[in-house]
Amino acid sequence: MSALFSKLVSLLDTEPYRLVVAVVVIVSFVALNAAYLVWVERKGAGRFQRRPGPTEVGPAGLLQPVADGLKLMSKQLIVPAGADSTLFRAAPLMVMAPVLMSLAVIPFGRGLAARNLNVGLLMIFALGSINVMALMLGGWASRNKYAMMSAARVVSQNVAYEIPMLLVVITLAMVTGTMDLNQIVLQQAGGFWHWNLFRVWVNPLMPVTFLIFYICMLEETNRAPFDMAEAESELVAGAYTEYAGMGFGVFFMAEYANIVLGCSLATVLFLGGWQSPFGLLPGVGWFLLKMYFLVFSVVWVRWTFPRTQFYRLLNLSWKILIPVSLFTLILSAAMIKLPAMIKLLRALL
Amino acid sequence: MIVNEPNPPGSAATAPNETFVLNLGPQHPATHGVLRVKMTMDGECVLRAEPVCGYIHRMQEKMGENRTYAQYLPNTSRIDYLSAMTYTHAFVGAVERAARIQVPPRAEYIRVITSELNRISSHLVWWGAFLLDLGGFTPLLYAFDDREMILDLLEGITGARLTYCYYRFGGLYNDVDETFLKGTRQFVLHMRPRLKMYRALVTDNVILRKRLIGIGPISPELCRKYGATGPVIRGSGVAYDVRKAEPYSVYPELDFDIPAFPEGDSMARYLVRMEEIAQSLRLIEQALDKLPAGPVMAEKVPRVLKLPAGDYCYAVEAARGRFMVRLVSDNKEIPYRVKLRTPCLSNLSLFEEASRGMLLADALALMGSLDLVIPDIDR
Amino acid sequence: MNGKDTPLAPAPAAPATPAPAAPAPEPRPNPLAHLPLPFQTADYSLKGYHLDATVQPGQVVLAAQLMDREGFSLDTITGVDWLAQGQMEVVYDYFHPGRGFRAVVRARIPRENPEIPTLSQVFPGANWHERETHDFFGIRFLGHPDLSPFLLPEDADYHPLRKDFTA
Repeated sequence: MSALFSKLVSLLDTEPYRLVVAVVVIVSFVALNAAYLVWVERKGAGRFQRRPGPTEVGPAGLLQPVADGLKLMSKQLIVPAGADSTLFRAAPLMVMAPVLMSLAVIPFGRGLAARNLNVGLLMIFALGSINVMALMLGGWASRNKYAMMSAARVVSQNVAYEIPMLLVVITLAMVTGTMDLNQIVLQQAGGFWHWNLFRVWVNPLMPVTFLIFYICMLEETNRAPFDMAEAESELVAGAYTEYAGMGFGVFFMAEYANIVLGCSLATVLFLGGWQSPFGLLPGVGWFLLKMYFLVFSVVWVRWTFPRTQFYRLLNLSWKILIPVSLFTLILSAAMIKLPAMIKLLRALL
Repeated sequence: MIVNEPNPPGSAATAPNETFVLNLGPQHPATHGVLRVKMTMDGECVLRAEPVCGYIHRMQEKMGENRTYAQYLPNTSRIDYLSAMTYTHAFVGAVERAARIQVPPRAEYIRVITSELNRISSHLVWWGAFLLDLGGFTPLLYAFDDREMILDLLEGITGARLTYCYYRFGGLYNDVDETFLKGTRQFVLHMRPRLKMYRALVTDNVILRKRLIGIGPISPELCRKYGATGPVIRGSGVAYDVRKAEPYSVYPELDFDIPAFPEGDSMARYLVRMEEIAQSLRLIEQALDKLPAGPVMAEKVPRVLKLPAGDYCYAVEAARGRFMVRLVSDNKEIPYRVKLRTPCLSNLSLFEEASRGMLLADALALMGSLDLVIPDIDR
Repeated sequence: MNGKDTPLAPAPAAPATPAPAAPAPEPRPNPLAHLPLPFQTADYSLKGYHLDATVQPGQVVLAAQLMDREGFSLDTITGVDWLAQGQMEVVYDYFHPGRGFRAVVRARIPRENPEIPTLSQVFPGANWHERETHDFFGIRFLGHPDLSPFLLPEDADYHPLRKDFTA
């Protein structure tokens, strides 16, 4: 019996089957997260607002996401008259697909990446920009002024925040010397002081870099205080106004999947990925712990701060984050080259 | 302050056919109640904002001509349901003034206590809803937590949570009991630290400050031209408050300040209301200390009131501004004309002029800082 | 409760009447006496306003301009339908934000053809009050930029607060 089992495992470890299993696992991971992060958000919102949150459906409201999913699926999918129906229907799919693909390169544990690319970091950011295009198309195709205004806002916001995000990631790629996510995690082995977050001898402003990354991640996922796309009290539901039932559900799922992706990336790049400070849990357990801690902080920020004005949002990016990240980039470059420069100076003098 | 410069003339953005009309429809999360605002927009900039009212028009003034004075009392609570006590006070005061009915001092003090509690609860709702408009979802729940205490207190003596009908011609229909007096003192002690927390958590929050300071400036001259009162005019530096300008009830015997901030922006109006909550707590404490014993109803108030012919006015400082009742009587049991001068109508009428050229988010912040209750406008 | 009787500062263009320095304890002369309007003092403790003037319909704009110069603000405009006398009365309430003074200006117009000039050039706030009065009484305000229904439905052609209105 156990011989059969180990034969099955070794079969699954071979290439095509391994990929299929990984894809199934990722899709179900994303689906479960989308469902249960809604629960976390509602419970968190409740507790921050001194009320219990969902408690009726299932023990502690745990079946609430199931009920919500059933509700959304039972609604009619309406395409507004005069809307561009192809683009309208395609937008939710275009939001969901890149996230699923990006999650294929994240190393969840030792050897637990679906497909480890040596340009994994590049791929994630290449796919990440499709998100904004999908929202723009969805907003424009809805034939609704609120959606159109929201689409315009989303585009300018995302363009503004892609830049500091990429500058920060370039800095990190310089510091680590690789774009292979697995390698980045392996470099952070041996205790939490080896995490990239604390790697200040190469980049003295590393915590600032992490903060900029976090802010840009909040913005890429359109979370408060950067939720211009949705901005309920101004634009009703923004780009999502005309979407009913599961179309809206898919946007929602994609938002949570994006949060999971962003937090996983932050964990891998800065917090040591699946490296564990001291035994106890397997690598994947530590990864999930760190990731969910970041997700909780994202939820916390949403329910604490009001929304800022749109031009201030753009000012934050163009006038503060970009100069700071440029400076960090140059500083890191200088620090990396410092030993070589010192040697050169010693040779000259 | 970082400001979006207007587009230079002649650029594509200022071409007239690039504008569109955005309908902030009767159903919208930001308009509190059914208010429709037709906004002509150029991108994110509001060129013209035209409020369209009347979606909740119930013809309260005609109802006044079909009911006796006593039968009209419940209507008064439903004009501005958040500040219902003060509205009833105005109507009751107008009739008492015309019929020369003397209200016993205990009733007057209780009227002041309940009106000020109502003012605090109204400002708490405004505060929570305003922050909800700005994207901060949590303070609403904190405000409603405090408001529950007030509602429980008032329910104990009036039987209602929102639309009280507590005052009668000549006093009150029910005396207050020990539970109410003790509960009110406890509430005052509870609320002061809460105000400090609100200041630290919300008012001093940098995002909120950036969102409100300098936004939606309203000059005192604009207020005067449109008849705006209440926190709108006090947020422009003019310390006009009906409780000091045309004193009524026992306000002359109580000691309180009128908060006025000269900046005229949304932050000034915000601070005026927060400061008013503190002043209301002060008034309640003094009234509780000075509360005399005695009857709560005047003697010999006729069952069927007939006011002598003529017109009579009574103005109060409601939570949103100056509310005035103008009664015209022709010596019958039912009024000849009941005119309700509501603060929100005058406050909203300046929105069109004040919001020209603002961005949408700022225009909505301005509208929220005016503290509108639409049934007050439409009656 | 008595109103606060502090004197008004005189209007800059009118001949200066020196305002009394201390509030006098008794019913005092009309502080708007320097204006060419027939103000009478009223008993504030009964009526709720300090001054009352009845003017000709053609004079309401002049009255508004004078009140504006004195620093008054427009409280409200309303109408009263005196069916028995065949007239409609348009009532303008003013209050002074600095002093809390209350003044009322009235005008009577014939009921069959109720017209009166608009105040909206003097007080922009009059715009909505006049629209509402037109909605309720059918009084036409000459020169008003847009007298469309304010509270009634857009296609309303009835005036509910008239005494001969049957639903």
